Amino acid sequence: MSLWSRFANVFRGDRLSDEIDEELQSHIQEAIEQGRDPVEVRKAFGSALRQRDESRDVRAIAWLDALRTDAVFGWRQLRKKKVTSAAAILSLALAIGACTSAFRLIDALLLRPLPVADPEQLYALSRREIFFDGTPQTFDGWAYPAFRLMRAAVKHQAELIAISYAERMDLTYKSDQEMEKAYLQYVSGWMFSSFGLRPALGRLFTESDDLQPGAHPYAVISYDYWRRHFGQDPKVIGRSFQMGNRLYEIVGVAEEGFSGTEPGTMIDIFIPTMMNAAVERSDSTWIRTLARLKPGVGVEPVRAKLNATSLAFEQERAKGFTGMPKQSIDNWLKQTVFLEPAGSGTSDLQNEYRRSLAALAVLVALVLLIACANVANLMTAQAAARAREMALRVSIGAGRWRLVQLVLVESAWLAFLAAAIAALVAWWSAPFVVTMINPPDNPARLSLPADWRVLGFGLILTIGVTFLFGLTPALRASAVKPASALKGGEDPHSRRRMMHALIAVQVAFCFLVLFVAGLFVATFDRLSNQPTGFSAERLLTLETVTERAQLPVFWDQVAEHLRTVPGVETVAVASRALLGGYSSNNSVSINGAPPTDVLAYFLHVSPGWVDAMSIPFVDGRDFRASDTSPGVAIVSEAFAKQFFNGENPVGKSFEEATDEGKRIRFQIVGLVRDARYRDIRGPMLPVAYFPFHSIDAIGRGTFIVRTSSLNPLVLASILRREVARARPEFRVSNIRTQAELVRAQTIRERLLAMLALFFAAAALLLAGIGLYGVLDYSVLQRRREIGIRMAIGAQAGDIARRVTAEIFSMVFVGAIAGLALGMTSVRYIETLFYQVKATDLPMLALPSLTMFAAALLASLPAIIRAVRIDPATILRAE
Amino acid sequence: MPKPDSLQGSLDLLVLKILSRRPRVHGYAIMTAIQEMSGEVLRAEEGSLYPALHRMEEAGWIRAEWITKDTGRRARLYELTAAGRKQLAAEESRWRAVTSAVNRVLRMA
Repeated sequence: MSLWSRFANVFRGDRLSDEIDEELQSHIQEAIEQGRDPVEVRKAFGSALRQRDESRDVRAIAWLDALRTDAVFGWRQLRKKKVTSAAAILSLALAIGACTSAFRLIDALLLRPLPVADPEQLYALSRREIFFDGTPQTFDGWAYPAFRLMRAAVKHQAELIAISYAERMDLTYKSDQEMEKAYLQYVSGWMFSSFGLRPALGRLFTESDDLQPGAHPYAVISYDYWRRHFGQDPKVIGRSFQMGNRLYEIVGVAEEGFSGTEPGTMIDIFIPTMMNAAVERSDSTWIRTLARLKPGVGVEPVRAKLNATSLAFEQERAKGFTGMPKQSIDNWLKQTVFLEPAGSGTSDLQNEYRRSLAALAVLVALVLLIACANVANLMTAQAAARAREMALRVSIGAGRWRLVQLVLVESAWLAFLAAAIAALVAWWSAPFVVTMINPPDNPARLSLPADWRVLGFGLILTIGVTFLFGLTPALRASAVKPASALKGGEDPHSRRRMMHALIAVQVAFCFLVLFVAGLFVATFDRLSNQPTGFSAERLLTLETVTERAQLPVFWDQVAEHLRTVPGVETVAVASRALLGGYSSNNSVSINGAPPTDVLAYFLHVSPGWVDAMSIPFVDGRDFRASDTSPGVAIVSEAFAKQFFNGENPVGKSFEEATDEGKRIRFQIVGLVRDARYRDIRGPMLPVAYFPFHSIDAIGRGTFIVRTSSLNPLVLASILRREVARARPEFRVSNIRTQAELVRAQTIRERLLAMLALFFAAAALLLAGIGLYGVLDYSVLQRRREIGIRMAIGAQAGDIARRVTAEIFSMVFVGAIAGLALGMTSVRYIETLFYQVKATDLPMLALPSLTMFAAALLASLPAIIRAVRIDPATILRAE
Repeated sequence: MPKPDSLQGSLDLLVLKILSRRPRVHGYAIMTAIQEMSGEVLRAEEGSLYPALHRMEEAGWIRAEWITKDTGRRARLYELTAAGRKQLAAEESRWRAVTSAVNRVLRMA
């Protein structure tokens, strides 16, 4: 109560003083009424002001009261200089907003613990291995039988949980015509209880929901999906949906906030692992394995047991690899299992963006430092103008700490006003960046809550920023010596020296940002100008699935029907689209030789597909309607180079060598130029095209449609309908333009280039403003000297050189430092570059030229001002 | 010559004691009461009385309330709280201990 009233009294301000005065007045009145002498009574009170102050200190918290006074004073100071304050606030807001945004992304993707019990005890299992093609890799996929063995092996030390890679699946709650997509994950039945999650509705899975393959057609949906899709309808329990040819019943809604263990993908539906068709297969690695260690268990003993179990499993399996060279099997078996903390989940998005986000975080931090240096210079220049005021405060008894507080409170005003705007920036920009990750039809979804973590970060950042730019000016202001300040100032150069040092720092950071941005932009440029070997112009890809596998002739019928649709020029069909994120490969054997180490990549295509993709023939012919697979093949130039030493392979033959030792023979009938198959980085892959017509029925294919309209998507809905009309068993699951698939290859690079460019522009602008401000200040300060110089005959060029020489040497020093900084730091992000090196001359020249051009531009107004100084006016003013 | 009003830190005690006898009085009355009851020997100066009153109010020993008098002027009346009563008892026994100790010294010396 008492502390509260003292606290409250701080903000009652004048009313408190009035109350104290009134009480004293009432006392005096009383005394006079009692017949005392008015003069004597007033005298007895002494100074009313002192009296009030003493009582005030008792009744209000003194330091808080002082803070309040300073805050009011600081606010008035800011309002007095509206333009400079606004500039400072806006530049800080941009920088703080960008930093908070970057933090939100990094936190959501990489740092935030999963909303499960004891996330710190969660580990993810991976393997380091030498893959069959000789490349070392780490891989976190496991086959279910291996998982089962490992789980049994460590059951006393840890609980293992199987969680499949998130899949975007087609399913329907009504008829086949109303298919929709949902993110789905197969999970161990005991996952929910092991994570300590409770149902929001219905029930969650238990171990008994995950015993028999195919026997548990149940689903648990996420809270988010329940809200989005069902409007939180409690009657959702018991509803069922069809996926593939099975019905699943929804039995529960998971706890709010839990949306799977893959940051970047929010899972809609969980299904027991036993419902996955691959659950009994030893050669299909479709699950991630998480381990929850029991309390007090060390990581290493568990790892060793898992390693031994996994290795035994793979050794057993490798006995069946009769078709592979023994050497590569032996190499592959030198794999080791390791455990990594997975308290924040584990996802491909994390791996792909960890380094990129770190690089961006450094860039935004640099922009923030540049902005801070700007404001610090601004405050220093202002402190110079206020030296007399400070001196006066000291002479009437203000303590040194009180002056530090005064200036710091003013800085805090700037920082907190900036933070308020920054919150808006971060609010908007973080989700915006997330939507740009992944292609537009399949955006990454990241839960970005604005909770205490983000608020705490923002608060700490703002306070940190306040001290960063405010402390030095505050200490300088408080160190004022009244006598000399009132006389007209002491060493005026010391202040300028600090401002110049800050300019050098700004330039160094700005250079670094420009340099890195240049590398990112060049990477994006090189990558997006990679020739793909085919033409994506006006091409639409229709990923199509059928209820049951259909004979090739029916696929032909659908293609034939699509050709009759107005606006369609060409139709072909392939097993998958190029660059669709899919690959199929195997070793091959030439002339009965042992299987090759290098893998060949395969794609099944219909006659006319090569022409539809505009891939030029070098020799031979296209497939005919009568060609079937296996039998004949068309190969790429890289294939000919790899396996036929560059000779023309048309007329020759090769065999596909499967893992089980089977050999399948193909006669080469055509040779085509290379086209990008899986991705647009790295060398062209050796590709063999097989006829789409195979002996077996086909359940999945992709129609390639070249349209006459420049925007092929206008035909999308018509084509979707026409496919189903041609044959009702056929259903289009996904429509994308081929151009979109190509663009999807450079999403990360586009994002990095765009954001880096934005930050580079911000850094350049801020550094330019800073340079302008300091130059302007120094001209203002030296105008007497310049006037005298001009009066005694100095030339304009001489004056300009004098004014700028010091600053430009600072810019030069800064640029060199920035360059050194860039060269040493850039190797940490080398993996993000493509065909670009930090030592490339243009990469160095561009930021240098930009920096100096900006410096020149920023210094022009000050130079003009300097040479326009009229000596007569200046000298007369003195 | 020692000032007659040098209360030597016993101002709190006197104020609390007076308030325990007469509830709801204003500052001027407290001052005159100290003067009268001490036979004009002790005098609380305005300059120390009011800060002391405000301090004790913040400490929660006394509470204050504004009233409007017949003359239309407002006055601030003080009264003792429960905590103040406890404080008074403590101060009184401390005072007795000190004075008896001082008396003993005076007798012995």
